[in-house]
Amino acid sequence: MIPIPEKPDTFYFFGTCLIDLFYPEAGLAGMELLRRQGIRVVFPSGQSCCGQPARNCGFAEEARAVARQQVQSFPKPWPIVVPSGSCAGMMREHYPELFAGEADEAEARAFAGRVYELTWFLVHVCKIALSDRGEPVRVTFHGSCHSQREMGVREEPRALLRDLANVTFVDLQRPAECCGFGGTFSVRLPAVSGAMVADKVADIAATGAAEVLSGDCGCLLNISGAMAKSGTPGRARHIAEFLMERCYGK
Amino acid sequence: MGSNLATSAATAPDFAARASIALADDGLRRKFRRAMDGLMTKRAAQFPDPEAWTSLRARGAAIRRRSLARLPQLLEQLETRCRANGIQVHWAETSADADRIIQGILTDHGVRTLIKGKSMVSEEIHLNDFLAEHSISAVESDLGEFVIQLAHETPSHIIMPCIHKSKEDVATLFRDHIPNQAYTDDVDALTATARRVLREQFAGADAGLSGVNFAIAETGTLCLVENEGNGRLSTTLPPLHVAVMGLEKVVERLEDVPPLLSLLTRSATGQAITTYVNFISSPRKEGEQDGPREVHLVLLDNGRTRIFGDPQLQETLACIRCGACMNHCPVYTRVGGHAYDAVYPGPIGKILTPQIDGLATAGDLPHASSLCGACGEVCPVAIPIPNLLVRLRGEAAHQNSASTVMGAGARHSSVEDWVWRGWRLMHQVPLFYRVATRVLTRIGNAMPASLPMLNAWTSVRTKPRFARRPLNELVRSRGFDHE
Repeated sequence: MIPIPEKPDTFYFFGTCLIDLFYPEAGLAGMELLRRQGIRVVFPSGQSCCGQPARNCGFAEEARAVARQQVQSFPKPWPIVVPSGSCAGMMREHYPELFAGEADEAEARAFAGRVYELTWFLVHVCKIALSDRGEPVRVTFHGSCHSQREMGVREEPRALLRDLANVTFVDLQRPAECCGFGGTFSVRLPAVSGAMVADKVADIAATGAAEVLSGDCGCLLNISGAMAKSGTPGRARHIAEFLMERCYGK
Repeated sequence: MGSNLATSAATAPDFAARASIALADDGLRRKFRRAMDGLMTKRAAQFPDPEAWTSLRARGAAIRRRSLARLPQLLEQLETRCRANGIQVHWAETSADADRIIQGILTDHGVRTLIKGKSMVSEEIHLNDFLAEHSISAVESDLGEFVIQLAHETPSHIIMPCIHKSKEDVATLFRDHIPNQAYTDDVDALTATARRVLREQFAGADAGLSGVNFAIAETGTLCLVENEGNGRLSTTLPPLHVAVMGLEKVVERLEDVPPLLSLLTRSATGQAITTYVNFISSPRKEGEQDGPREVHLVLLDNGRTRIFGDPQLQETLACIRCGACMNHCPVYTRVGGHAYDAVYPGPIGKILTPQIDGLATAGDLPHASSLCGACGEVCPVAIPIPNLLVRLRGEAAHQNSASTVMGAGARHSSVEDWVWRGWRLMHQVPLFYRVATRVLTRIGNAMPASLPMLNAWTSVRTKPRFARRPLNELVRSRGFDHE
């Protein structure tokens, strides 16, 4: 279990490379949601990627070089909030082993200990109170494997959605099952990945939800692409965007 | 139909090709999905209290780590205690050594028919084929193993070897291979037939062979769990019993066994305990009426010492072979066991097979995972399987003469090296990153879907759409502090 810190005056935001390239609105929504909780948001401009793609492919040296760039870009002792459980898991769980025996191991460990997933941070640290201004809608949620298994984020995003007065939240039949993204797995083994995401899309469709929300853009890229390709109706987007739109009208 | 596809899948050159063949078999996918769903539900019912699970798992993990930390000493102690108990101990460095040792024991005793309890190590050394070459007939007596032996197939799961077969498949096999057997897919009738055939085999067998779940060093005892009684019959009815085990299965004390047993059976089949739990400490003693006259224990290395030599990869040897990792694996559930073309399929197989057979032949297996972590989460002895998969991916991709992993660098690719060097440069130097994200967001959508990798992606998904501006550019215009 990750210890819950005091609510800070200032914190860092780590945008993630997928958000930079594909979902900047999700990043902005996450930052805006946090700013509205009365905390100063700082976005270090030296940030890029957590290093997970290289690490997962067995290229630890390259992953470490990129990870080091992140560690150095977030020097102050503020919490680092990440709108992705997967990137957060990479930094919190795997940086200590990635830097084991390196000169800056202590620095990397301290960095890792400051990393939090967005919805977890909103619920436990900000104790966010949301007031729903949206039209009635039925939604479901897909939690990424790493948000659940590495960051322990299971109930937090669901609690946020259940709090919204006009939102009917329907959980998936297999909420803990992988969507089949897995980074390079999706292109190394496209047939297996395709079978997995087809099952995920069917699970989503069976809920009758108009939207599937997630806290991870890798999963979203995979799920939304498969929904579009298969002609499955419904929208897939980051939960931060959905919460901003419903509660703050943007 | 299903079994034909499954069998042909095992002959394709790599996991990707075998998986694609298996995925095309809807019946096979349905069978695995249903069976794995059932096993997951039964396991979950055995661990209702997360705190109790966490503490039992921590005990089991600690016992296995403590045993591995003293593996050489415990093996010596096991040998000494077994010999003192009258169990003859043999050391086999390779699969071929183990085959020759077992065949030698059997030939010395004039054995023509061997009855076998379930043993994955006997699969690992391909014992049945070897014995057949020496005119010794090995008969599988575990029901699942009996079925696949009739079908001339290999196990598709380490606990439920014929999980890929439907009752109709079994009915057909029995009709075709068992004399005077009419077609019936009534499960009770099929079981009764197997029981009748196997009872005759037990009565006539010259020797029995079994695996070992745990070997206890302090007492020289072999522990064997099973549900059908075939393990007990194989180890007590014939005059000669040969047990074969991987040398990592040793534990220090008798008191180490209950927590491991509890974890094993709950994780494997969702049972609090199996129908039979056998503890074998010696052959028949003076004045006893039954039991084998001789008991032999064959300890197999087959690469385990090499695995033991690496502090991280050593975790592989903590495995107690419950199969929970495969039951919970989203990849295994969809492709089944034969797609791995390995004795040990699923997540544990993906880390064990490349280390036993080498990365040159099995180097693609560590990539047969989305690293979702379901395996590591349910492992009753907390083996960090995803981390070991990543380690083996690295071993396969990098030439390193100091590596202890067989076939290190076998999948090295200069192109991949350069891709990651370029990736590193792009993400390490802020200016390069800002330029790259600006360029990609502006022209990335013009990339044709036929590009390598992108075409794999778009086989089941639409092309990902780059945003118009990257976040690192937008934060400035939205008034966020950036430093």
